[in-house]
Formats: sequence, structure tokens, C-alpha cells
Amino acid sequence: MSDAIAIRAPMAKVSLGKFWIVPPAALLALLFFYPLALIARQAFLDDSGVANAAEIIRVLHSRFFLNALINTVTISVSATAGCLIVGLVLALILAFVPFPGSGFIARLIDTFMALPTFLVTLAFTFLYGSAGMLNAGLMETFSLPLPPVDFLYSTWGVVLAEVTVYTPFILRPLLAAFSLVDRGQIEAASVLGARPFRIVRQVILPAAIPALIAGGSLCLLLTVNEFGIVLFIGAKGVITLPLLIYGKAIQESAYQIACIIAVINIALSLGLFGLYRFAAGRLGA
Amino acid sequence: MSAAAFTGASVMDIDAAKIRGVGSNVHFDKVSVAYGAHVVLHPLTLDIAPGEILAMIGPSGSGKTTALRAVAGFVRPASGRIRIGATDVTDLPPYERGLGMVVQNYALFPHMRVEDNVAFGLRAQGADKALIGERVKDALATVGMATFARRYPRELSGGQQQRVAIARALAVRPRVLLLDEPLSALDAQIRRNMVEEIARLHRSLPGLTILYVTHDQTEALTLADKIAIMRDGRVCSHGPTTELYRRPPNRFTAEFLGRANLLPVTIAEGVGSKGFATARHGDVILTSAGRDEKAGDKSLLCIRPQHLSLTADSEHTNRIVGTLREVHWQGELTHLVLDVDGTPVRVSATKLPMALPEPGVKVPLYFAPADTSLLPEDAGV
Repeated sequence: MSDAIAIRAPMAKVSLGKFWIVPPAALLALLFFYPLALIARQAFLDDSGVANAAEIIRVLHSRFFLNALINTVTISVSATAGCLIVGLVLALILAFVPFPGSGFIARLIDTFMALPTFLVTLAFTFLYGSAGMLNAGLMETFSLPLPPVDFLYSTWGVVLAEVTVYTPFILRPLLAAFSLVDRGQIEAASVLGARPFRIVRQVILPAAIPALIAGGSLCLLLTVNEFGIVLFIGAKGVITLPLLIYGKAIQESAYQIACIIAVINIALSLGLFGLYRFAAGRLGA
Repeated sequence: MSAAAFTGASVMDIDAAKIRGVGSNVHFDKVSVAYGAHVVLHPLTLDIAPGEILAMIGPSGSGKTTALRAVAGFVRPASGRIRIGATDVTDLPPYERGLGMVVQNYALFPHMRVEDNVAFGLRAQGADKALIGERVKDALATVGMATFARRYPRELSGGQQQRVAIARALAVRPRVLLLDEPLSALDAQIRRNMVEEIARLHRSLPGLTILYVTHDQTEALTLADKIAIMRDGRVCSHGPTTELYRRPPNRFTAEFLGRANLLPVTIAEGVGSKGFATARHGDVILTSAGRDEKAGDKSLLCIRPQHLSLTADSEHTNRIVGTLREVHWQGELTHLVLDVDGTPVRVSATKLPMALPEPGVKVPLYFAPADTSLLPEDAGV
């Protein structure tokens, strides 16, 4: 009798694991990348599918585009700088100068992140608008014929509103970073003769640089793409890229121009994001 | 290669003379600290002489770190004054007190190189560049870290980081050096080495006044000229290290500073001209060094485990008998636990008879009167 044992070759197992990625990837492609591709196609090709470089160059050299670009950069850089300064000062106070209710105030500032951006703008209109509380009070007190404060309907009104809305985006990561700063380092620095300003500059801030970069980059991205605040304030002549896209697409039905500007806006955002990732990688954020 | 490598001397000996500062005395004048209604430090009056190492030891929450932080300026006394030298520093901010401080977790600045960490205090005090370079070099040489000047703290071991922290504190030539459990984060072997290094460092810097807070009695016994034992926010004993160890004034001190066997006794004959008293423990008469005990007083006879012997000689004239309960061999030492009339008695012996008695056997123990002390039965219990 043969002792041979039939050895069955193991069946190749079909792993289904890698296919789980297909449905979400398809959904993402359908809902996100396909519309993006349509915008890019509309921007770079004319109706007959031929590359349309002349129109792109015309838009890039147009006054309305350059004004919008300058406004966008001015507002976003100013607002981000403002957010960094206000956020840093607030975070330092909340983290290192404890006072009764500091925790409540930190949480209250946090709630700003949950509110729609136009709400702050609306509140600003009530406070600083032509018929707002400040102007009404000043006009009544000093018998003025016209509202003396009219910065709200300018670039700086938009900047102030954006600083108010986006400061929590700096404050939150800074508070998290400050909570990790070893109090022993601060005390050691103080005993060694360092005054508070030196301690902030040489001990606390270096520990907070990754958080500052992360928060600042996020702020810059959000302010570059901010639409609601600029639209709601309705400042004369303050047209940013998102507002220009809206105006060209919805009000003028100039879809190709809108798409060209949209592509530039996307490139700007992705460039900023790339810069953030590079800086964060270098500094360990 | 450092000079220490050639001489075999401690690295901390090198160039230490260059860092000699003029130490100041520290005076606590009825200093108390409270958080709201909770008093964490009861009025404390204490002096640390110039050049002295005072170790404050005690269990957690005893107030020792609070006292140190009050000297540093991080805790504001509810009452009392603190003087360093002739200066009343009670109302001064920490950066104006002229101190150095080393804490448990080193607290080095992680983004600065070792040399910048050491230079930090000098830069903060506005020293000129040449002086900073010289002092940094000297301080790093003193702690044997001169070759690590360009490293970042993350590239150093715990022991090396602690040396840098000490160099950083020494570089500013502090009037007083505050050490807050500086060795607690190190493992046992490195801790032992660092205790010896700090002892050598202080011998090289005899003028430096040090307030050393620890919960480790070995560190305190090795380093301190004087010890203050803290309990519940109060100093329960204070005195020269050897005196406090040999003649503890109360039960808490006896048991906190090393191990102590405390036998309840009744004084039979008060302290005589030679400083010895006779005491009765059950039916046994014992002779002990005493203070001012009188016949009939209830006392505790304190004898350290290493002073008990299993063999009699001309010095070990006191004899008690106990029942052996446990034997723990630990290489260099063997620990025996005996029951002497219901009181557990520990013996630490380096040399034992070849044939160790079995647990349950009655064993005689001998000790010298000079190695004992008497404590009031109710003091510090």
C-alpha cells in the first residue's frame, strides 16, 4: 500500500483589504476631483477644447484681477499678522498670568470657532457701523452731523473682522503648546536673572514656534479664501479673489474668467499649504 | 582629553577654584506660607550659615519644597521675612535674588546648546562676551562637560544633563545654590555617583551656601553639614548631621533618618557624670547614653540596626534576647528581624556566624551603650 500523502497546494488567498479604498476614492473623485477638473478645463480650454492662453494672459494682466490679488494678499497677511499678535498676547496672559475666570475666557474664545463668520461682521455693524452704537454715541455726545468712525467699510474693517474671527485659530494651538512648556525652565530662567520679556523671547517662544507656524498658516489659508466677511461688510472697492470669482460667475456669467481666477486662487492656497508643510517639517511642527 | 582623565581625580575638581563665589547666609525669620486657609509652612525660623549645606528632608507634603521656593521667590510668604546675606529678599522677584537653582527634571532649555544653556544666566545679567566665554568654559570644566559644549540637551544622558544644570547654576556665581531633589530622576547607580560628585564639588567651593531639598536620607547624610527634618509644614528637628543621626531628639527623626530600633524602657537611674543612664526593659537592665532623663521616666531606647551584634565583646556590654523571625541576605549585608518582647528589632550585619540560627530560635543581641540614645516616649510620635 502506498504511503503517499496527497499534499494539496495552498490556494492563493484573495485579499479584499486593498479594495476597501475603492469606494471612498471613487466618491472623492466624483464629488471633489471631477468638479475641480471641470473648473480647470473651463479655465484652460475654450468651448471647442483648444488651449486658450490669450484669455488667461488677458485676465492675469487685467486691473480687476490685480486689484483683487493685491487686496487678498493685503487683507490675509494683515489679518494673519493681527491674529498672531493678538493670539500670542492673549495666550501668554491666559497661560502664564492666571486670574480668576481665565479658563472660562479661554473656552469662550474657543466658541468663536463654532460661530458663522458673518455673525461677527453683523455684530461689528451694530457696534462700528454708520448707525452703530459707537457712532451714535459719539454723534450724540459731541453733536456731530456725520458718523466720525467709518473704518468698518474699508480694507481695515475687513481685517479687524477677520482678526476677531480667526484669532482663536492661533490661540488654541498656542495654549496647547504653552501647556507643554516645562514650568521648571521658566523658573530656572527667572532665578538665573532673566526678566519676564527675556523669558518669553528666549524660553517660551522657541517652544511655541511650531504652534505659531501651524496656527499662522491655517489663518493665512482661511483669510485668503474668506468670502462671507468681505461680502457681508460690503466695503467699497474691497474686492478679493473669492469675491471676484463670485461676481464674475454669478453676477456677470463670465464663467471662463471665474474659472481662471479660481484656478489661481487654488494654486495660491496649495502654495501656502506647501509652504506650511515645508516650514512645519523643518521646525518639527 | 580632560585633565581628570590623566589625574584620576573627579572631573568636578578641575577648575572649580575659578568658580569660587562668596556664599551668603540664609535666614528664615518666622516665615509661613499658606494657600488660602491651608497653611503649608508654619512659622519657620532657621539659619543656613555661609558655605554650609543644609539638607531639608521630609515626606511628601512636609513643606520642604515650599520653603525652598520661598527662598527662590516663587512662593510669597504669608508672614515673616527671608534674608540672604544682609538683603531682605522677601519682596524681591526671583531674578533679583542672585541665586542658582537645580531642579529634579534638569529644566535645560531644549532648543539651546549646552554652552548657551550655561551662558543663559550671564547673558540675562548683561555680562560681557569675554567674561561669558570664560565662565562657561570654567563651569563646564568644573562638572566635566567641557567636551559636550556644542551638544543639545537631547543628546545627553540624564546624569550629563544634571551636570549641565549644575554648571548653568554655578556660572552666575550664585550667593546661594538651591537644589530641589536634583537627583530624583536619575537611576540608583548614577545617583550614588552624583552624590559623591556634588560632595567633591562643595569641597572645591567651600564658600557656596547650598539648600538641598530631598526625601532621600542617604543624600542628606552624605552631603549635608546640617539637616532640617520637616513634617506637616514644621521643622521637627534641626542640627548637625552626625549629631541628629546619633542622638535623634524624637521618634520621627530617629525613624526618618536611617532605620532605628526603639525599645520602650523605664529609666532606673538618671544620667550620671559620664553621660550614661540605666534603663529597664522588662527584666533586663541596659545602659544608654542619655540627656537629662530622671529615674522613673518612660523613654525609648534608640539603637541603629548596624550597631547590634550577635557576639559579645568588651564594648558591646548590653544584652537583649529576641526570637529570630526573618533573615534577608543582600550580598554585602544580611538583615535579621527579631521579636524582642513584642517589639520588632532589625539587625544589619556584615559578618555573621558560619551557622546562621533558624527562624524561631532565641538569639542574644549585644550593643554598646555609646551607640544608643534615649528619646522621650511621647516626643514626635
